[in-house]
Amino acid sequence: MATFFGEVVVAPSRAGVDDEEETREETPEDREIRRELEKKREIDILWTWKSGSSAESSADQPFACSKFIVAIGRNAAAFLSSFILDSVCWEVVGVVKLWNEWCRTSSTTSVLPTDSFCLFYRLIADPTVLLCQCSCYVAEDQQFQWLEKVFGCMQKEGLQVTILSTCPVADYKTQESTLTLPSPFLKALKTKEFKEQVCCPLLEQPNIVRDLPAA
Amino acid sequence: MFVPCERGGGSASSDFKGFTLLMPAVSVGNVGQLAVDLVISTLGMTKVGYFYTDCLVPMVGNNPYATAEENSMELSINAEVYSLPSKKLVVLQIRSPFIKNKYRPFCQTLLSWVKSSKCARVVVLSSSHAYQRDDEQLLGTPLRYLLTPDLEKAVGGLMQELKWKEMEKVAAYPGINETEKVLHIPGGGITKMLFTESCSKGIQMAVLLKFCSEGDNIPDAFVLVNYLNEWLQLIKSEVNASSQWKIPSSWRLLFGNGLPPALF
Repeated sequence: MATFFGEVVVAPSRAGVDDEEETREETPEDREIRRELEKKREIDILWTWKSGSSAESSADQPFACSKFIVAIGRNAAAFLSSFILDSVCWEVVGVVKLWNEWCRTSSTTSVLPTDSFCLFYRLIADPTVLLCQCSCYVAEDQQFQWLEKVFGCMQKEGLQVTILSTCPVADYKTQESTLTLPSPFLKALKTKEFKEQVCCPLLEQPNIVRDLPAA
Repeated sequence: MFVPCERGGGSASSDFKGFTLLMPAVSVGNVGQLAVDLVISTLGMTKVGYFYTDCLVPMVGNNPYATAEENSMELSINAEVYSLPSKKLVVLQIRSPFIKNKYRPFCQTLLSWVKSSKCARVVVLSSSHAYQRDDEQLLGTPLRYLLTPDLEKAVGGLMQELKWKEMEKVAAYPGINETEKVLHIPGGGITKMLFTESCSKGIQMAVLLKFCSEGDNIPDAFVLVNYLNEWLQLIKSEVNASSQWKIPSSWRLLFGNGLPPALF
């Protein structure tokens, strides 16, 4: 495909990155570089329980959790900050430290709304209710790790998970144009194990959810 | 890797001994994946499980093969397995791209699952960049096949009868050394890796691919699925073959929403 100035540009394929570099055998140097990059992209979860135990995660017993609410993205995180969280009823119990090309979070638990962060809160009145505000972007190669490390710490019996997220209206696929659609609007996806009433219509085909909410 | 659905059928629904595993490669135009969608949708296949893997970009949505309100609410994710025991067919559908550096781990895990579940053979539907064809490939059919040595023994003769064309090898060092030939499937995603690994592991695998470009790849999917049907006879092939494949509801709005009336 030629651009205006006559240079030839490789058109991006919907199928993703071309495979040639994957089929090449790795040299020891390549392997070393890849390992270093992987280490840099590792996710650390630091739990700050007030029980006096160490701040490290996952080596300990999984903790009891009945409800886990996860807000992913700045809008959802802001919703929780504005309407749910306060320092009287909720305490910070954990923080995720990660780095990727788009953002870096630190291990501090006192953050500004404009920072990128991923914090866990616990309801003081019922310590089995956990809440997560994740305003940072978790890259696609880190999403699975985030998921395993976070859920690996919890007892999953009887656990109800609610995920709050936002998407641009322009991404919504519908027969009409999205310009005339009254927005914002809510849509939901639920597993068949979720037996309660959902407060809004279900997401119609062919719309899908991506990234950390999907993971 | 494979997580079976909990169903009344129990272990019967995840017994794939002797079955043919049909799967797509995530490749140019997503033709393999579209073709697999047609197979699952037309044969009304039942979901029997999914792959729990960190190799694919996560995604989730509601049932892409929904035909009515009642069956539209089942969640669907990026790698799911469907089965049709009456045709001894098990199908893996992949719905998202691979994460960088995860091609090889996925291929290895997949092939060891194929061995442990005792599938008789694997058929991979794929595609390759049309612009990389040489002068000879520009003429004639855009469809090609490949067979691992183990499957060649079993069905090589049938391919001759069907007059199918085997994928040509290309020079490893064009312009310098024309005698050393290698298999090259540009735009084929994991196709080449799966094929070479299967050759070395003694797995019976066939690759069916079409040369195509990015764009509206629905016609390419129909061509590829009819090509597959010439061999596997999944549906009765009649004169107007394309009309017998059922398009799933998730193919709606592939090229965007309706236009705002204010535009005009």
